[in-house]
Amino acid sequence: MSKRVGIEVSIAIAEAVGLARAEVIPAYPITPQTHIVEHLSEMVANGEVDAEFVPVESEHAAMSCCCGSIAAGARTFTSSSSQGLSLMSEILYIPSTMRLPIVMVVANRAMSAPISIWNDHQDIMVQRDIGWIQTFAENGQEAVDLTLHAFRVAEDRNVSLPMIVNIDGFTLSHVIEPIELPDQEEVDKFLPPFKPRYKLDPRRPISMGPVGIPEVYTEAKVAHDKAMKKAKRYILKAWDEFEEIFGRKYNPVESYRTEDAEVLLVTMGSISETAMTAVDAMRDAGQKVGLLRIRLWRPFPGQEFRKAVGKAKVLAVIDRCLPPGALCGPVGAELRSLFYKIPGAPKIFSFVAGLGGRDVTVERFEEIVDKARAFAKKRPRELYEVIGVREK
Amino acid sequence: MKEVRIHGRGGQGGVTSAELVATAAIAEGKYAQAFPSFGPERRGAPVAAFIRVSDSQIRTREKVYHPDIVMVLDPSLPALVNVAEGLKDDGIVVLNTELSEDEIRDKFGIKSKLAMVDATKIATEELGLPITNTTMLGALLKATGIVNKDALFEALEKRFGRLAEKNKAALDRAYNETVIAG
Amino acid sequence: MANSDAIVGWKTITFGCHILEPGNAANFRTGDWRSQRPVVDKEKCIKCGMCWVFCPDMAYSQDEDGYFVVDLEYCKGCGICAHECPKDAITMVPEEG
Repeated sequence: MSKRVGIEVSIAIAEAVGLARAEVIPAYPITPQTHIVEHLSEMVANGEVDAEFVPVESEHAAMSCCCGSIAAGARTFTSSSSQGLSLMSEILYIPSTMRLPIVMVVANRAMSAPISIWNDHQDIMVQRDIGWIQTFAENGQEAVDLTLHAFRVAEDRNVSLPMIVNIDGFTLSHVIEPIELPDQEEVDKFLPPFKPRYKLDPRRPISMGPVGIPEVYTEAKVAHDKAMKKAKRYILKAWDEFEEIFGRKYNPVESYRTEDAEVLLVTMGSISETAMTAVDAMRDAGQKVGLLRIRLWRPFPGQEFRKAVGKAKVLAVIDRCLPPGALCGPVGAELRSLFYKIPGAPKIFSFVAGLGGRDVTVERFEEIVDKARAFAKKRPRELYEVIGVREK
Repeated sequence: MKEVRIHGRGGQGGVTSAELVATAAIAEGKYAQAFPSFGPERRGAPVAAFIRVSDSQIRTREKVYHPDIVMVLDPSLPALVNVAEGLKDDGIVVLNTELSEDEIRDKFGIKSKLAMVDATKIATEELGLPITNTTMLGALLKATGIVNKDALFEALEKRFGRLAEKNKAALDRAYNETVIAG
Repeated sequence: MANSDAIVGWKTITFGCHILEPGNAANFRTGDWRSQRPVVDKEKCIKCGMCWVFCPDMAYSQDEDGYFVVDLEYCKGCGICAHECPKDAITMVPEEG
């Protein structure tokens, strides 16, 4: 039986990785991911997890080591943040096209400069196109559940792609809250042993990672893209199986009080919880406001998102990322593409909020909804607006 | 929902006291959050930690801006930090102090309800160290009843093992010696 | 992947672009890249095997008499063997035509 405990989210994630019976954990510490790998190294040292913990010399080495261990057929986990994740960047594209199902938790943090250890989504948006499956957690329970889900999906032989679970740094990683920790028997039922389609085995030698000349590179990348799109089916299937065993249901896009809503907020990650409270307050004040929370970011669940929007006329999309010189934030851009020239499409307004640890409060969500309503009447000059920025 | 802000100095265990209260509340079947003021913690610098306790699921990730309860671990802090900042009108400040109510109101201008105990003295006598984080939980319990004392003791035992007894004794003494005013 | 067999569509490209056939480099006859070939003078050869050690294409093998002979199907004519031979027993001779 699972047990409900008060536990720091990072520690709970480490426990989940242990319950998933990870076999190799190469990791390098970086705030705010530190507690996850610190606790894992303790669990390995105490013999609670039968895994090899590899204290590598950098994140670049961590991801390289992950590629080796997963290619050899070992269940592999790592975790990183921000500049550390960027240091992995050179390697991150490799396991995805090579179909090596590493699981990584990213404790999302801003990118320097100026130096910031605090939460936003700029680190992961740098890595938007690495071809890993990506989910975003709203709370500690989800962080645990999505970590288990990630192993199940990534290692599914129909998928065989690496997967990132995004959790907001500090706002999730450092919070103690109630979490249902599943027991070993349940996790074993959900997560069969890792049986890769191919592995590096001296008894049956193969080569991984050959050169791709111009005549084959495109085909290799298209094969990867098609695999990502096909993966959605198995991501959903794994959530269904998760519900059967653990009783908690997850969808690629979650709707909150969207019935008859005129304006829908669109969020990703832990601000979604505060957004729900804001929606409650606005509904109490008679406003027809709802909320869509994107849980599956890659592959992007376009069909599910369009369905969830329903008849809403205005979308207020919140990005936790400001790409200088771009037309708008990545989530905003994604949704504009999704609805481009679709008859009856909602008006989409893009907002940037919560950079580098700036709190996104209930009042901010109310401000965003007010602005979106105003923009629907009078088109704004810019394609996005930064919320809560001081002018002087 | 009750929201608590704890003021301490880096290394005084403010985060641990937040953790103890939250885990005790969760063990009682309630919902709770405990979190530090996010950032690089430096020993000796004024720092804060936060607790939320609720009977229903907590759906906010905001910081605590308007606490119901403020707990201050270090007697020197009210002179440096506006500990009552954002406190709700019916809120309470739980202070580690050797001063009287009048002296506190006069010196720090705190107008709200007060709970006062000389936790440094108690901790020094009971634990042999002027670390007041667990001692002050006695004052917090007396002033607010935010969690059940048994659940808190259980959390203490889990966290401190054989050292829990001394901490429980200090907590109990603070509970008995806390004076509530206003 | 110089072989035209590798030019396939995305549906048939190998999983993860892996090479599933071990030692398939043997399928690629790289000998025709050569503009010069090594010729061994058996009078000078002491059968030390340095040519076999240094050949980057593993084109050398030992015959029944213990001499090292090059497989011209794979020798690219780089001349490393001739350079390394301690007895100067190997001469690079231009290919004709």
